[in-house]
Amino acid sequence: MRTATSTLGLLAMAIGVAALFLIGLPAPVASQAEKYRVGVVTLLAGPFAASIGVPAKNGAEMVAEAINNGTLPAPYATKGVAGRSLELVVVDESTGTAKQVTEFRGLAERREVDAVVGYLVAGSCLAVAPVADELKMLTLLSTCSTPRIFEENDFKYVYRTSAHLTPDGVTAARYLLKRMPNVKTIAGLNWNMAYGQDAWRDFRLSVQTLKPDVEAINEQFTTFGGGQYGAEISALLTKKPTVLHTAFAGGDFEAFVVQMTARGLHQNIQMVMTAGAGSMYRLLDKLPDGVFIEDRGPYSVFARPTALGNWFRTTYEQRYGITPPYTAYHMGQAVLAFKIAADKASKGGAKPAPEEIGRALEQLKFDAFGTTVHMSRSRGHQAVTESAIGVYKFDKAKSVPTVVDVTYYPADCVNPPDGTKGEAWIKGGFKGARCD
Amino acid sequence: MAARDRTGAALAGAFVVFVAAGFFLPSWAVSLVILSLARGIVALGLVVQFRSGLVSFGQALFFAIGGYAVGLAGLKLRLTDMIVLTVIGVAAATLLGAGLGFLMRRYREIFFAMLSLGFSMLFYGLLVKTETLGSTDGFNVPAPTIFGARLSALATRTLLYDLTVAAAAGAALGVHWYLGTILGRLDTALRDNEVRVEYLGYAPGRVIHVQYVLGAALAGGAGALTAMAVGHIDPSMAYWTTSGELVFVTILSGTGSVLAPFLGSLVFGLLQTYALQYAPSVWQMILGVALLAIILYLPGGLWSALERNRARA
Amino acid sequence: MIVATLAFIVADGVIYASWLFIVAVGMTLVYGVMRILNVAHGSLYALGAYTAATMVGAWFQRGYAPLGSFVLLLVAALVVGLVMGLILELGLLRFLHGRDEVVVVLATYATFLILEDVIQLIWGVEARPAPQPYSLLGTTTVGPLLLNNYDLALIALALLVGGVGWWALTRTIAGKLLLAVIFDREMAEACGINVRRVFLVTFLIGSVLGALGGASTAPMISVSRGLGVDVIVLAFAVVVIGGLGSIPGALLGAAVIGLSRAAAVHLLPQAEVFAIYLIMTLVLIIRPYGLLGHERLRKV
Repeated sequence: MRTATSTLGLLAMAIGVAALFLIGLPAPVASQAEKYRVGVVTLLAGPFAASIGVPAKNGAEMVAEAINNGTLPAPYATKGVAGRSLELVVVDESTGTAKQVTEFRGLAERREVDAVVGYLVAGSCLAVAPVADELKMLTLLSTCSTPRIFEENDFKYVYRTSAHLTPDGVTAARYLLKRMPNVKTIAGLNWNMAYGQDAWRDFRLSVQTLKPDVEAINEQFTTFGGGQYGAEISALLTKKPTVLHTAFAGGDFEAFVVQMTARGLHQNIQMVMTAGAGSMYRLLDKLPDGVFIEDRGPYSVFARPTALGNWFRTTYEQRYGITPPYTAYHMGQAVLAFKIAADKASKGGAKPAPEEIGRALEQLKFDAFGTTVHMSRSRGHQAVTESAIGVYKFDKAKSVPTVVDVTYYPADCVNPPDGTKGEAWIKGGFKGARCD
Repeated sequence: MAARDRTGAALAGAFVVFVAAGFFLPSWAVSLVILSLARGIVALGLVVQFRSGLVSFGQALFFAIGGYAVGLAGLKLRLTDMIVLTVIGVAAATLLGAGLGFLMRRYREIFFAMLSLGFSMLFYGLLVKTETLGSTDGFNVPAPTIFGARLSALATRTLLYDLTVAAAAGAALGVHWYLGTILGRLDTALRDNEVRVEYLGYAPGRVIHVQYVLGAALAGGAGALTAMAVGHIDPSMAYWTTSGELVFVTILSGTGSVLAPFLGSLVFGLLQTYALQYAPSVWQMILGVALLAIILYLPGGLWSALERNRARA
Repeated sequence: MIVATLAFIVADGVIYASWLFIVAVGMTLVYGVMRILNVAHGSLYALGAYTAATMVGAWFQRGYAPLGSFVLLLVAALVVGLVMGLILELGLLRFLHGRDEVVVVLATYATFLILEDVIQLIWGVEARPAPQPYSLLGTTTVGPLLLNNYDLALIALALLVGGVGWWALTRTIAGKLLLAVIFDREMAEACGINVRRVFLVTFLIGSVLGALGGASTAPMISVSRGLGVDVIVLAFAVVVIGGLGSIPGALLGAAVIGLSRAAAVHLLPQAEVFAIYLIMTLVLIIRPYGLLGHERLRKV
């Protein structure tokens, strides 16, 4: 049977496809000059939607609404962005890199946004950045951890309003060695993906640069979403390192904690958990006291009690019932940065062009929700903030998770100076770091 | 006598229409069409295999090989010409397909599917372990050039679009010709009764091997085109869910014509885009319902719906 | 040190293998009898986990006897398995009997996609931890090994399931009918066996087992979205390695994977990710029908 095609079939196909495309062409939109449409891209499906993806969306929506109503605390109490109301267009990031590029173009052309904010997954950020420059679309990346975005490329229209992954490892190393100066052996249990590999490498190199006789006696990389850590825990029970580093987060982190506490792994090993703070509200007393814990930056439990910080946390808790995780802060920061820069760039008249808003973002230093953000790296495109780390303690009296012995490290202490790549900086002895 | 075969004319017409449309469509639509046509090229290979009752759950292997060949050629060999890169993608995938084909030709049905899945996941694991290639982050592919010239982004994208349309048309034409040869006509015979095919004197293994290599070549070329269109490659190109998507498109399209996979792929692409836009938290369910509906009510795929009006000889 | 490592490898391997077996045995049973490779098995697992987590959470909130939570896990599995099994078999699979095997797989894949979002619609996006039962039983120390008794209980559960299954299949009449259907469906039908009823019962048992996999795992993890996806691939590998349709095969497959993974983790951590796919591919190359699968006769 040889395949053949009928003319009718072909005609039907052509008409059908054409019709579907026509539906997608942007409808004639009433003048956009009076509004700002901003695309918000985050994970709405998949294993991280619950713990970090949806909260990022919530953070954006909450801040946008406050901007429109003028209810942000001072000095941001002016209504709107450059006097215009802000409308969000939410897109799911969980569809894979190729689709994300198409979606980005769709946001720019089909849904006519003025800027794009968000992105949690490193792969999406890397893929979307060149397209942003091509379409001249102002893009504020909010999370995506990887330092490689600006370390390996220059982008004109892409900015990142939160710090990347390197400060987490450097902070953990400094804190560890300050509290346990005689550490001899460390081990790592991380995901088998770039994020896990990078996090472990940053931590290991930092520790070994600060104290060269420390030996990494065990490093494990597990499948993302693996969930079963019996064998890994046994391996650690036999190898007996002094310290265990893990950048696990979300479901895998919680599974690991449940499984390892049942076997007492934490009793003889100092745990350093650089991304686990978000889970403390679910684990409560299951997370053992005494572990070193970070939250990917000075957020949530580490956020300073400024007026803005308190507003963000209280409003989020009231609206969504949980303490906001770090991605909510990242996203809120990005939306806030957009407002500040646009306000600054607008001369009280026409909508400022993306280039003008971008210029206003460069080197911008602003108070965000519980911390200060300084856009000082990579020619003003990459932000740095201070970092925070503490020791977990579950307050049994009040049944509330807390952190004690919190230390904040200044931004210039744990972030590589402008123009230096993270790994080289660590290996070179943190030249140029200012830790006073 | 069968009705006059208009495939050639249809392809020529489609080619002209698409190339012309490329100048009017907005860039998101151009991007969508490139990706859909590339996916359609892979599905074309799968359709040929499906006619023999074989489904490969690991076609993503060759798709990823094509993509990574482009990435590595750009990174290490500084090759960026889009035609050269496509050829490299096809060549790399064909080589691997020819080799693996000796093994794969001995399997049928679900075992064929599972072994192909195994190979693609092994490659995925290899890519994830390779930190120099960025592990799960992947890396960006340098902008493609044509005949040594680096053009504006718009011109480059339009040329890439035209190349993809040409590749799709060429692939469809090639497969259509193949299906008219003896080896090609044996595919449905294999599905009906393999033992009889043997007794007639033909080697089923050889047919399956050729089909496998054909599928690999097509997937490799598509992977190369996709890598250039997206500008970024990562190991998810080899993951089983990518293969799953390709098989989805194959079922959606049906095996009725070489044009079917392209129609199916375009419909799938549009379905996904609009599901994401209007129902961002339940788009998976929408796709699942669509697939189920096709399986239950339109087992021949979308193409069979178009063919209902044709008088059968 | 070496003895400790070896002991751990065996212990970890057996624990992981038990978990794998419980998760995968339902899938292989369904395939053996009905020739359906049920991708939605992952959804049954997820539904079992979510239901168990919700029930256990509510149980502990009301302060009932902690040991009762174990019974709850089984109840959750039973309820989910029976309800979903009936819905899937009577509502969908019944219409697909006789269709090409691979097409049926795709139909179950579509069902899986649908159920993923259904789960989200019912339970929302929040994660549900229900860790209380996990540490209830305490730990055991055997020489250098420190093991959690819940894990050991899983071994017992796996043996129970395997043992009951084997006894039921080979020593009861119903079981022998099932074996007959597995071996040759047409012949069995010709001999007067009500194959349709056998299918339904089998699918229900398989679904309950799938849900049991999820329910018994819930206390050791954080039940959140995406549970089903990872498990499908693992169950698939176990089933393939052991031989489709063979329950002792599933046991063997689980044991092979469990032990190699444990060995990799202790001795060669870099190989851990490859282990499962490498074994699956090697087994398929060397023994295409799985370690204990039987060859398919070609029908002319």
